[in-house]
Amino acid sequence: MAPRVPARVFASFRRTGRSQAAYALAAPAFVLMLLMLIGPLAGVIALSFTDYQLGAPAFSWIGLSNYREMFADRVFWISLKNTLTYVAIVVPGAVALGLGVALLIQSGAGLKSWYRTVYFLPVMATLIAMAIVWEFMLHPQFGLVNGLLRAAGLQGHSWLQDRGTALYSLCVIGIWQATGFNMVLFLAGLVSIPKHLYDAAEIDGAEGAWSRFRLVTWPMLGPVTLFVVAISAIRSFQVFDTVQVLTKGGPSKSSEVLIYTMYTEGFEFFRSGYGAAVTVVFLAFVLLLTLLKSALGNREVHYA
Amino acid sequence: MAEIEIRALRKAFDGAEVLKGVDLTIHDGEFISLVGPSGCGKSTLLRVIAGLEPQSSGEVRIDGASADGVRPSARNLAMVFQSYALYPHLSVFDNIAVPLRMKRLSALERAPFVGRLMPGRRRAERVIRDDVERVAAQLEISPLLKRKPGQLSGGQRQRVAVGRAIVRQPRAFLFDEPLSNLDAKLRVHMRAEIAQLHRQLKTTFIYVTHDQAEAMTMSGRIAVMIGGELIQAGAPAAVYEDPCDIRVAEFVGTPKINAFPGRIRSDGRLETLGHVLHMATPAPEGECRICVRPERIELASQGLLSGTVVHLENLGSEAFVHIGSAGTDAPVVARVNDPSQVPAIGATVGYGFAPEAVRAFDVDGKRIATSIPSRVERPREMAVV
Repeated sequence: MAPRVPARVFASFRRTGRSQAAYALAAPAFVLMLLMLIGPLAGVIALSFTDYQLGAPAFSWIGLSNYREMFADRVFWISLKNTLTYVAIVVPGAVALGLGVALLIQSGAGLKSWYRTVYFLPVMATLIAMAIVWEFMLHPQFGLVNGLLRAAGLQGHSWLQDRGTALYSLCVIGIWQATGFNMVLFLAGLVSIPKHLYDAAEIDGAEGAWSRFRLVTWPMLGPVTLFVVAISAIRSFQVFDTVQVLTKGGPSKSSEVLIYTMYTEGFEFFRSGYGAAVTVVFLAFVLLLTLLKSALGNREVHYA
Repeated sequence: MAEIEIRALRKAFDGAEVLKGVDLTIHDGEFISLVGPSGCGKSTLLRVIAGLEPQSSGEVRIDGASADGVRPSARNLAMVFQSYALYPHLSVFDNIAVPLRMKRLSALERAPFVGRLMPGRRRAERVIRDDVERVAAQLEISPLLKRKPGQLSGGQRQRVAVGRAIVRQPRAFLFDEPLSNLDAKLRVHMRAEIAQLHRQLKTTFIYVTHDQAEAMTMSGRIAVMIGGELIQAGAPAAVYEDPCDIRVAEFVGTPKINAFPGRIRSDGRLETLGHVLHMATPAPEGECRICVRPERIELASQGLLSGTVVHLENLGSEAFVHIGSAGTDAPVVARVNDPSQVPAIGATVGYGFAPEAVRAFDVDGKRIATSIPSRVERPREMAVV
């Protein structure tokens, strides 16, 4: 650099140089996000305004027709209602059970890692394969569940074939699958609670397990709980495997869920445009949950 | 107000014995420090007194009654933790109010939503608020009551922790190294405040620290613990002047006491580094350690002993001269009250000490009784310069 260059010129050179460098450094991340996130998202949204069919050579813009059709479709509303019901049951169930199991494992003396592994198995196992196991377990004639019920003198049930129970059976499987994952997150959260807070609580007179939980454990788990709820909610919104393997949305749409609707419309009836519109609705819910999480997250997190 | 008696207390964790039979009586209203190097069991002892840790054997008696099986809160002792242990999700007010709410409100009254509807709750809450505000005013943290612990400085958190302890008016206060997380300046300031608090409350204070200076400056009595045993308890000056064990002598006082290898001769005289000291002991012949505090080492051109200056520590008001000399493992440290008079590094200096300054210990580290024979009898045998 020449020392005789006037300072003003030098400064302006530095300024433009810096912004160019900034863009250059941000570019790889930006390009990746464009390719992997924003691009496909824009594509899906664009697709939802067309009548494109999978494999078709041409398509035309049809504006909001897909959405009009969707909102007028009874199946879509059933599907949305079922999805929300599923989320409303699985999230509290899996969060409460995950927390309960984590607390039990944490307070237990021995076999901690064995219990951890047992409860984490459903997370590691492929859900499709596990769904087949559940299919056998829930089989009306020779399934384990009905067998146990009969042994207890109760009447069995066609769990997956009955309109009244199909969705709830899927909920149980969903809870079974999500509990282990939530448990691991809660265990990590429990381990990070400073031990001296429990000592202080003990000295301050929080003697019962419940008062200690109220005074220390629950508030200190706030951030973890929020994360677990958000993750569970997003994952239950995505429920598909069990529906596809066990019920195919039936009987008579009683277990139809959003992603399954999207799948059938997009890949069985090849109506990609309509499927994209369903996807956009799904994405809107996921976005809402994410926003809710970050809004609450800023308020609820406590640092010692 | 409580007298706490500890009798033959033992505590083992998985076979490792942390407390090896501790006996101590803490008088009502006393400020006692449990002091010792880390790992000596002082914190464990405090936790056993608090009831957070059950003892393996032995007994803790509070006001004459055995505390065995009594829950920590029922012992009515308050504890201030090293990390303060404030509840991070609660405001300062709520933190201080926790012990009162736990004590005065029923579980139902504490419950969320439902609690508000309980008839007695509002009145109880009003009394609690008065109590918390009174304590906050006393500790000068009233403007902080609405803040969360995360928004406070270390010193402020410390005060909140103290507030939470004093609000319930406990029978005794237990402090577990409460100042070690503060910076040096604040630590000295908080020392004075805690000592002042003790004068004000006149309650029993049990204070655990590894910092012997903290213990010496604050408490009425210090109990030196080493390796799970309580070696010596007494007034700070007495422990400093009259240590009963070489480990106590070495732990109390900075810089560390100087230890010279010595020998007890068959005629009962002590000698070190080839010089016979003007001292006698009834102890049997054998090896011993001759210990002298740095401030009792006198530098002189013609000393009894001599060595080379290897290091200087000038603290402004005083200076410490480290003298490397043959026969001693570590350099001998001497305090010089006038830093302008220190010798240069590398200079050869002579030094000596008066027989009154000597504390002698046997090979097991136990103190040996010594006496100074009348100088009239043997006027020519001066051990000193």
